Amino acid sequence: MAKRSIVPFGPQHPVLPEPIHLDLVLEDETVVGAVPSIGYVHRGLETLVKKKDFKQYVYIAERICGICSCGHGLGYCMAVENVMGIDVPERAQYLRVIWVEMSRIHSHLLWLGLLADALGFESLFMESWRVREKILDMFDETTGGRIIHSVNQVGGVQKDMDSSMLKHLLETIKDIERDIKPLVDTFLKDYTVQSRLKGTGILKKDDAILLGAVGPMLRASGVEYDVRMLGYGAYKNLSMEPVTCTDGDSYGRCVVRIKELFQSFDLIREAIGKIPEGDIHVPVKGNPSGEYFLRIEQPRGEAIYYVKGNGTKFLDRFRLRTPTTSNIPPLVETLKGCQLADVPVLILTIDPCISCTER
Amino acid sequence: MDKIRAFTLAGRMLKNLFRRPATTQYPFEPADYPERMRGHVRIEIGDCISCGLCMRSCPSGAIVVDRKAGTWTIDRFDCVQCGSCVTACPKKCLFMEKGYTEPDGVKKSETFVKPQEEPAGKTKKTG
Repeated sequence: MAKRSIVPFGPQHPVLPEPIHLDLVLEDETVVGAVPSIGYVHRGLETLVKKKDFKQYVYIAERICGICSCGHGLGYCMAVENVMGIDVPERAQYLRVIWVEMSRIHSHLLWLGLLADALGFESLFMESWRVREKILDMFDETTGGRIIHSVNQVGGVQKDMDSSMLKHLLETIKDIERDIKPLVDTFLKDYTVQSRLKGTGILKKDDAILLGAVGPMLRASGVEYDVRMLGYGAYKNLSMEPVTCTDGDSYGRCVVRIKELFQSFDLIREAIGKIPEGDIHVPVKGNPSGEYFLRIEQPRGEAIYYVKGNGTKFLDRFRLRTPTTSNIPPLVETLKGCQLADVPVLILTIDPCISCTER
Repeated sequence: MDKIRAFTLAGRMLKNLFRRPATTQYPFEPADYPERMRGHVRIEIGDCISCGLCMRSCPSGAIVVDRKAGTWTIDRFDCVQCGSCVTACPKKCLFMEKGYTEPDGVKKSETFVKPQEEPAGKTKKTG
């Protein structure tokens, strides 16, 4: 038997945009076990809910994470609206879906770039991020911010999109679709990319369910589970099917995210076609009293929001379970048996967001 | 199964040699900001009634309103450009303008004094 050794990985590592630490148990170059530890960027954002007005907290909720900022703001607002029994106008629900799908495109393009970077394919990384700039510019034009959008509020949305903006968005999506196609060919058919992704980090369907994988990680193992199918917000009026892949390896996760990009383009087109006229928010009176538990599909997977109000303007509790929290146990499973050189790519394939996880 | 290919980006790389860069030479070349951009907060101090709603709505505590002295102070370094104060203002005298404030090495706040007799507002900067 080969001699066992422990190699620390992270919290500072070139492939990691955020700090996570793993103790890798190695037998020669093969990983036989991994012990993850987090706790480097905890900010105590959940506790702040007791000190900030429930309407103010939207701005804090969306700062939990830079990439899912729109989704976190939306999840928090929807949970509070459900506690207070507020009916959000139809147009606001459609606008929310458009912005959330735009943020999914931006998140997946970011991930594709980071994956290319982890593979050492610098030109592909730059090309992916060049395409991503277009969606960020669109965010800037429609919401006023590239990353932090500040459009969600309890009772609806703060800003409307007029017909010229919606038309520009459709044109931008068409441009992105045209630009992304050659990159998709590279990600899915290129010899060098395939040699790094195919057959590495296989997560079987049963393991994915047992270990609680969520989002593209779960769907890449062949499980048809997407929280958007529950039909929250305007999703109930839009047609979509979960994107799945049966491979369960790193390549499968890449395929799922790429197909989800095209699914998001279609969802935005459909939402723009169906968006009704009307108000974008309703006045909110009183304070939340009661509790609510809500699930939404973030770009990285299922996120769970829990809020508890006590009848005052300060909430008692806000709790968020992020997709990365759920994806860490499956990650540890996929690392077992892989080569040390594949560890950075495998960590990236779960699309880790440590700021979200630690809040 | 699709055929495995190599050098899939070669054509694109060659094109890039003759294309304009995707980036701009900011700050030498000015950035193009859209109309809705949340860059900094501006106040029309003459219309301000010192109600303090902006101060209470600010999630980062960047605004201080002194009703007695008639001043409105903002710490530009604490402001997160969320637009909460603009929404809360009952007199609509706060505006979210495009363009960022100047970078600085020292943390500064900016105080606006409500005009008493003279019609135009005075601005003074404090360190």
